[in-house]
Amino acid sequence: MVAELLQFLFSGVTVGATYALVGLGFAIIYNASQVINFAQGEFVMIAGMSTVTLLNAGIPMPVAILIAVAITIAAGLLLEKLAIEPARDASVVTLIIITIGASIFLRGAAELIWGRGFHSMPAFSGSDPIIIGGAAMLPQSLWVAGATIVIIAVMRWFFTRTLLGKAMLATSYNPLVARLMGINTRFILSLSFGMAAMLGGIAGILIAPISLTYPEVGVMLGLKGFCAAILGGLGNPMGAIAGGLIVGISEALTAGYVSSAYKDAVAFVIILVVLVVMPNGLFGIRGTERV
Amino acid sequence: MRNHFRRNIATAAVAALTALGLAVGGTQAAEPIKIGSFLAVTGGASFLGDPEMKTLEMYVEKINESGGVLGRPVTLIAYDSATDAKKALTFVKRLIEQDQVDIIVGGTTTGETMAVIKEVEAAGMPFISLAGAGVIIDPVKKWVFKTPHTDRLAVDKVFRDMTARNLAKVGLFSGAGGFDQSCRKNALELAPTMGIEIVADETHGKGDTDMTPQLTKIKNTEGVEALLYCGFGAPTSIVAKNYKQLGMTIPHYQTHGSASAKFIEGAEGAAEGVRLPAAALLVVDQLSDDHPQKAVASAYKEAYEGRFKDSISTFGGHAYDGLYLAVEAIERAGSTDKEAVRAEIEKTDKFIGVDGIFTMSPEDHMGLDHDSFVMVEVENGTWKLLE
Repeated sequence: MVAELLQFLFSGVTVGATYALVGLGFAIIYNASQVINFAQGEFVMIAGMSTVTLLNAGIPMPVAILIAVAITIAAGLLLEKLAIEPARDASVVTLIIITIGASIFLRGAAELIWGRGFHSMPAFSGSDPIIIGGAAMLPQSLWVAGATIVIIAVMRWFFTRTLLGKAMLATSYNPLVARLMGINTRFILSLSFGMAAMLGGIAGILIAPISLTYPEVGVMLGLKGFCAAILGGLGNPMGAIAGGLIVGISEALTAGYVSSAYKDAVAFVIILVVLVVMPNGLFGIRGTERV
Repeated sequence: MRNHFRRNIATAAVAALTALGLAVGGTQAAEPIKIGSFLAVTGGASFLGDPEMKTLEMYVEKINESGGVLGRPVTLIAYDSATDAKKALTFVKRLIEQDQVDIIVGGTTTGETMAVIKEVEAAGMPFISLAGAGVIIDPVKKWVFKTPHTDRLAVDKVFRDMTARNLAKVGLFSGAGGFDQSCRKNALELAPTMGIEIVADETHGKGDTDMTPQLTKIKNTEGVEALLYCGFGAPTSIVAKNYKQLGMTIPHYQTHGSASAKFIEGAEGAAEGVRLPAAALLVVDQLSDDHPQKAVASAYKEAYEGRFKDSISTFGGHAYDGLYLAVEAIERAGSTDKEAVRAEIEKTDKFIGVDGIFTMSPEDHMGLDHDSFVMVEVENGTWKLLE
């Protein structure tokens, strides 16, 4: 019984950590621009695909990963420069639609560059499962969980201890006042896309050995990451992390104990209930509208 | 007099026009035969639609090089329906009304195919679908045929193999896609008639990355003797990996949805021992020389791999069969008259294709039986033909 529960939790935490990293990307961009970037899932895909290509070209894994993250960050910055910035005076809804367009474009481009099949990527430290209390866990799951913890720590430090992080927070609270205080909000916007792409990219590379990678891999991960961000309270980075873990674990437990047919439904029902009871998410700050 | 003269001119004009008309009629005899197609070259089913499109283009070219059909060249008018049923319907309307094609060979996915059936039936257009599900031809629709094996045949083949190994209690696991769910439904329906008991019935969502909870449940189901996974794409490899991760030992079956080299590659060694039904094309090199499909299948493999430097998938084979079923029916009919062509497709008798040997009838618009599948097992990273 315990073994079974452990098995479900391993699965839930691994998957949930991926949702969390994707959700974190949503939160960061939302903070800087009020835009929900629906191309977030595509960052996951670009990083995974790039890593696989680089590995096939014979580049050692650590170098391949660094280059792939760099490529993904470049894609994020280009997205901001070429698609978001030219339209920065448009309404938020227009910008969101632009990101949907960008996501379709990126998927199409990926199909052209990498083909339409799926690719596998070797796990960082082998695929022999580790048996804990009768449940089997892949070493890759430890990498996913470990990397997520490190990223949470770095993000906390960045937002609370560095000037740049504080400037980002200030921009999210009030862009106009932030600009008056000498913060370069345009730079902050670029930075937010770069950071979100980096987080999506890291998530993509961590999960690729488990999920495989293909042009459409980011679609559902993006959607679940979005749910995580909403659940935790849009714009609250730590909320996105909690949201991701809640969605991941509840999915695994539902599949294990109730019925796998309701797995996705239960995750969405939790979100609905939370949003009805707490419209700003679990950890969101109540928004105030100035009249 | 003047009137008479005028009449003469008119007569001459009419004569000239008639002559011109005859000349036009003359070239009409060599007017191309138009084969219309809509394939999911992009989108979710692109790994099916892409080899199908390449196959059609390559063989239409070959047919034209060898003099066309009925002495007429063949033109392929193909659209990318992007795995979208709505687009498929738009393109089929265009094929029928604007392009005025003689026959349609296409429809990569069941969704796209089902969306256009009403339209082709109303227009009286012969249509050979390349999609899998049995619902396309069951019940029989007058103008609709299909080439790929149905998932029902695959499940039938798997259950026969299980029975031969005395495995009766099956844990069923399936994905969320149309193919997956149709396969699951067939497994649930066929099991009682074949002495198989489904003891677990689990599903996973679209784009899921980890299936260990479902597999744990199947593993811990009392009395389970075998695992059958219905699905295709990346999840096939993930299921194999998770199966290995959990240290499962019951015989592991998948369907022809996993019959691509990508499945073995993606599973990174975890696919060893997985059994599945597949088209003979997959193991063409291992077929004995007297196997009826050997010649056709190896010729297709050689042509495709030589041209595209890409390993064959069984999906392109569906397009090959669809194209040649159409071409042979047109040749037998001696014209592109739609009703005559339709009747000839229905009379297809022992046509040896890549997918199997087709014998159609008014009751059977696919014409394959479970013999068109062979059982294969993954061994040392490749397919091994089982007797």
